[in-house]
Amino acid sequence: MATIIQSNTAPVAAVPVDPVTLDIIENALRNARHEMDEVLFRTALSPGIREQHDEFPLIADPEGRMVVGQFGLSVPDFLDGFGGTIGEGDVLLTSDPYACGAAISHANDWLVVLPIFHQGRLVGWASMFGHMADVGGKTPSSMPSDARTIYEEGVVIPPFKLYDAGDLNEDALAVILNQVRMPDWNRADLNGLVAACRTASRRISELCERFGVEVYLSALDALLERNYQAMKALLATLFEDGETLEFTDWICDDGCGYGPYELTIALTRHGEKIHLDFGKAAPQAVGPVNYYINENLVRMFFGIYVITVADPQILWNDGFYPLIDVTIPEDSFWKPRRPAALNARNHGIGRVFDLFGGLLGQKNPAILNAAGFSSSPHFMYSGYRTAGEQAGEWFQLYSIGFGGIPGRPIGDGPDGHSLWPSFVNIPCEYLEAYYPLRIERWDTVADSGGAGLRRGGNAVDVAYRFAEPGTIAIHDDRWLTYPWGVNGGRPGARGRKWLEHPDGTVRILPSKCHDIPVAPGDVLHFVTWGGGGWGDPYQRPTDLVGLEVRRGLVTVEGARDGYGVVCDPDGAVDADRTRELRARLTEERGEPPLFDMGPPLATILDRCLAETGLPAPAPPVDVRTVTA
Amino acid sequence: MGYRLGVDVGGTFTDVLLVDQATGATFRAKTPTTPRDQSEGVLAGIRKACGEAGIPLAEVDQVLHGTTVATNAILEGRGARVGLVTTAGFRQILQIARSYVPGGLAGWIVWPKPEPLAALEHTVEVAGRIAADGREVEPLDVDSARRALRRLAASGIEALTIALVNSYADDSHEKALAALAADEIPGVPVSLSSQVLPEMREYERTITTVANSYVQPEVARYVRNLDAALRDSGIEAPLSILRSDGGLTSADKAAQDPVALLLSGPAGGVTGAVWFAEQAGYRDLLTFDMGGTSTDVALVLDGTPRIGRDTTVGDLNVRASSVDVRTVGAGGGSIAHVPELTKALRVGPQSAGASPGPAAYGHGGTAPTVTDANVVLGYLPDELAGGEITLDRKAARRAVAEVADAMGLESVEAAAAGIVDIVNENMFGALRLVSVQQGYDPRDFALVAFGGAGPLHANALGKLTGAWPVIVPPSPGVLCAYGDATTSPRSEAARTVVRRFSMLDSDDLRALLAELADAAGTRLAADGVPRALQHTVHEIDVRYHGQGFEIPVTLTDAMLKADDLLAAVGEAFDVEHERLFSFLLRNEKEIINLRVAVTGPRPNIAGRALAAGGTDPGGAFVRETEVWADGAYTRAAVYDRDKLQAGNVVPGPAIVTEMDSTTLVLPGHTATVDAGGCLLIRPAAAPAGFDPTDTADARE
Repeated sequence: MATIIQSNTAPVAAVPVDPVTLDIIENALRNARHEMDEVLFRTALSPGIREQHDEFPLIADPEGRMVVGQFGLSVPDFLDGFGGTIGEGDVLLTSDPYACGAAISHANDWLVVLPIFHQGRLVGWASMFGHMADVGGKTPSSMPSDARTIYEEGVVIPPFKLYDAGDLNEDALAVILNQVRMPDWNRADLNGLVAACRTASRRISELCERFGVEVYLSALDALLERNYQAMKALLATLFEDGETLEFTDWICDDGCGYGPYELTIALTRHGEKIHLDFGKAAPQAVGPVNYYINENLVRMFFGIYVITVADPQILWNDGFYPLIDVTIPEDSFWKPRRPAALNARNHGIGRVFDLFGGLLGQKNPAILNAAGFSSSPHFMYSGYRTAGEQAGEWFQLYSIGFGGIPGRPIGDGPDGHSLWPSFVNIPCEYLEAYYPLRIERWDTVADSGGAGLRRGGNAVDVAYRFAEPGTIAIHDDRWLTYPWGVNGGRPGARGRKWLEHPDGTVRILPSKCHDIPVAPGDVLHFVTWGGGGWGDPYQRPTDLVGLEVRRGLVTVEGARDGYGVVCDPDGAVDADRTRELRARLTEERGEPPLFDMGPPLATILDRCLAETGLPAPAPPVDVRTVTA
Repeated sequence: MGYRLGVDVGGTFTDVLLVDQATGATFRAKTPTTPRDQSEGVLAGIRKACGEAGIPLAEVDQVLHGTTVATNAILEGRGARVGLVTTAGFRQILQIARSYVPGGLAGWIVWPKPEPLAALEHTVEVAGRIAADGREVEPLDVDSARRALRRLAASGIEALTIALVNSYADDSHEKALAALAADEIPGVPVSLSSQVLPEMREYERTITTVANSYVQPEVARYVRNLDAALRDSGIEAPLSILRSDGGLTSADKAAQDPVALLLSGPAGGVTGAVWFAEQAGYRDLLTFDMGGTSTDVALVLDGTPRIGRDTTVGDLNVRASSVDVRTVGAGGGSIAHVPELTKALRVGPQSAGASPGPAAYGHGGTAPTVTDANVVLGYLPDELAGGEITLDRKAARRAVAEVADAMGLESVEAAAAGIVDIVNENMFGALRLVSVQQGYDPRDFALVAFGGAGPLHANALGKLTGAWPVIVPPSPGVLCAYGDATTSPRSEAARTVVRRFSMLDSDDLRALLAELADAAGTRLAADGVPRALQHTVHEIDVRYHGQGFEIPVTLTDAMLKADDLLAAVGEAFDVEHERLFSFLLRNEKEIINLRVAVTGPRPNIAGRALAAGGTDPGGAFVRETEVWADGAYTRAAVYDRDKLQAGNVVPGPAIVTEMDSTTLVLPGHTATVDAGGCLLIRPAAAPAGFDPTDTADARE
């Protein structure tokens, strides 16, 4: 447990804060958090942060409770895991999930935590983590898909003072940067994280100056209380007292040949509190897909769904956390034992959102979306240039892909979009200017979005043609189980990856792989998943289906099979045959299910090789019985 | 020396300002806007203004016009049906739109995705490929391109965009396609991405070019009509249009490149603000233009507005140079509401707009707006816009009382004060974006407030930002026409190079800059500004190799003459990076874009001269009233701005009314009238013997 050194320890009186001042401070905190993003985006070097915005800021109160942030990370758990003292001018850094209670969840994320002092007194914390494109280890980008221990995943930084009272610990930083492949990137990105946190610190200090420390801190309490009260009211309207809801989804495989991992969350309301039970979790995975999840993050993910609909302008914070009890079993997929590998936890993060969506939406149609928060698909390519002015130079790419957004109560799921806040793709021209590759196709895949009254978004197909020999790595999921549809909507298509060699031969790649050699002329097709459909597809307006055929988003066959619409390639609808077909299909189907997950799991596994070209994974095992 | 005409067409009124260049005398005319054909209203205004000046129309020798035609076409979705030609494999570039979803972690649930500006069914792809270094990888497939263009022709497109991958590096395929299009779809205007925005990043270049096509037919038609109407009326002077970046361009060029006009309106306001502030002796400014639904803010350094590379209109974000105006949804019509769940007070971004408008306007509005809060607090006179609107105080109170009830506040005034505080804070947030977040301390700037609602909130924003004095120009509601009349012509040439410093030498760089300067200078000369009168500014976007954002470095004369030009650019970049982010990196630097802007001379317009008077504003005194300030009602004087004289000092609390706006001077502040007619608001100096902290005494 960290000890905080303050030169001013006089207690701060709680004072009443008028509602307008409260709203002004809320607004100022929101601005400060956006300013953190801005500083980092503009200074970072690695494409993952700079172009794609894989980073998460936070400002907390003196106890470490988040008062503003976009994703949450647990400062209290971080402080629990830090043994030393913390004083003014200190900046702390860690990348070890096991040493900070999973405030971060894999070693690629570097977490910076900085105490905010005003007149010698601790008034809060600024914190931010960003995904480093490389942290060393056995494969470029540091995400070996077959890792069984965290030791294979590169440098793991225990919590320490990167700056001690303002002085940079150059030696420690040199040791760390000596482990990684692209030290310039890490140095710039780390500088950006620190600069962003310092910016937040300045803004908070200015607020204390402007309103007084008493008012500022009392306002934070009031903002936390506001979330608490809002959530209390919401929970009572959303869930029946004593009723247990449950929802199950899967992670397809773990990169080591085991899967699918069955993940279940149960929810029960007891009076004013909610209990979230992860007890029926799959065992700890053999491979790196374990998602070591922090209890506070679970609370956060839960809350974001219920409150977004109620007051979208609310400043999201930790205030309601006492209302949510969370149980996560040890030695499980969600709480693996050190030194379990963690690098590919991005699929678990994605799946948590599908799980919560299904769990909470069962009783609340206004927030029931289809599935599609399926993963954060990664593509990596690296090697040495052999030709041109830059011959001999090392190149390394880490990028995030996107897929189909689920069909939603308010409308279709956008095609090929991101579910992660503020993420964007890396421009083709940027990739071609900086990397030896050419992009031959960057399109969405017709019919890959699940059919529905509101269609699921289409998957993306990016075709990379490589110009230099090197290796590639892939991280994705939902190649086996389906992004499910809801309220009669159909599942979206699963993801696929394959290499085409210049001689015409094709190699199907698993959804998780690394160190796959590529030669000049090889083409990789990186096809993500589609979003599930929402609502009865036979009710979708026929002219809209026709228009989407003309747009190339749905094929003639897709219109017929998915929507019961008969049309020609120009989208001209045959009204009579459509009426007939829809009547027949509606009758054959009967009452549509609330959730459509595709065929039963046993059938999916049976057909796995035939349908995907990949062998079915073996059932998960107790990791302690597996020898590497 | 003849007359210059500034013309601004607003949603309701068309403002015309005629300036006698010899004397600086101005003649103003306000006529109703004629939406069906705006040129009718414009001409009516011109005739009125010339009538007042007693001159024939033929004596006008320049017509300068800021227009919102392009902006409105986007906001109202009334643009052309655009056909788009992309590289094979990239047909869905606008559908994917960089995969960006706005909002927080659950933002995707509630985000309604806008339809692409060029519909997917009107987008075709053609085979043929250019590499990142400009090499041709695969020749253009002319036959399939012709077939694709024929399909577009059959679908009835009204404008065409050609945007191919890597065309910023080599435009030959785009040009070849343009030639084919002239053949296959004759008469349809064509925009090439390599001409509209020759920069890396295919989505940004494509959407910007499509936006150009989208507004082109309407802008071209409008400019042509207006030009013809001017000729018919006997005006021989050329028509110049104000661009988003604050420069002027010929009517022809405006019709070709209308995406550069999207912020023409706000740019006029900023230019006008600069002109008045300079008359008052201030050149470092924050400008703040508050209207009915939104507020635009900008930063001006040494008389030059900061130019940004992005332009945002509604949902649309394009890469086009514009005065770096940030917009927040905070205006007089912004609606206050209290979500039941959180009991927080939110103001905007929903707006009552012009219809039904604030409750106080009595046009059927019942929602509490910022204007209603100002009415409750006694800040607005009984009549607005010279008597066109009579305020219904009871309706305003009724509306604001809802907020008081929902929040459990003790008085309607407390709720109204809360609404005003919150909306001020929202605008303060926007002012911080252009100042603090860019590394500028607002206390080093003066704040210029305009727009119909700006002067009412100006004093409060001065207190929040510490930017003094707060300058309220005369006729703050119609500043744009002034801006239009006082801008200079401008031309810009740019090029993306993307070279690390080690791959360039200073002579290459100098040669590239000279080429651009020549292109921009030639264009401006063709617009009638001789070379000798041109002023040239060179700018280079620099970043550390691998960064995603560039910092523009402006080249001084000394830098341009330096032997090692690259080193000088590098040093200037370091200074700017340190100022913005407080650290430097050891990485190699690289150059991304080169830009040269050439401007003509500022028009020589004499300032207005107000009759001088003493410090006592008594001659303009109208009556006493009561205003709510610091939690209580207090007496305040109302003054008629038209009767104020130079040198008058108005002590707060006070209200200064004029035709198109109302200025509020808060307790503890004074407004001094300067020779040009501006009000300069500052904190009052504490009189000798008074304790400045004891404000209660000071008021009595």
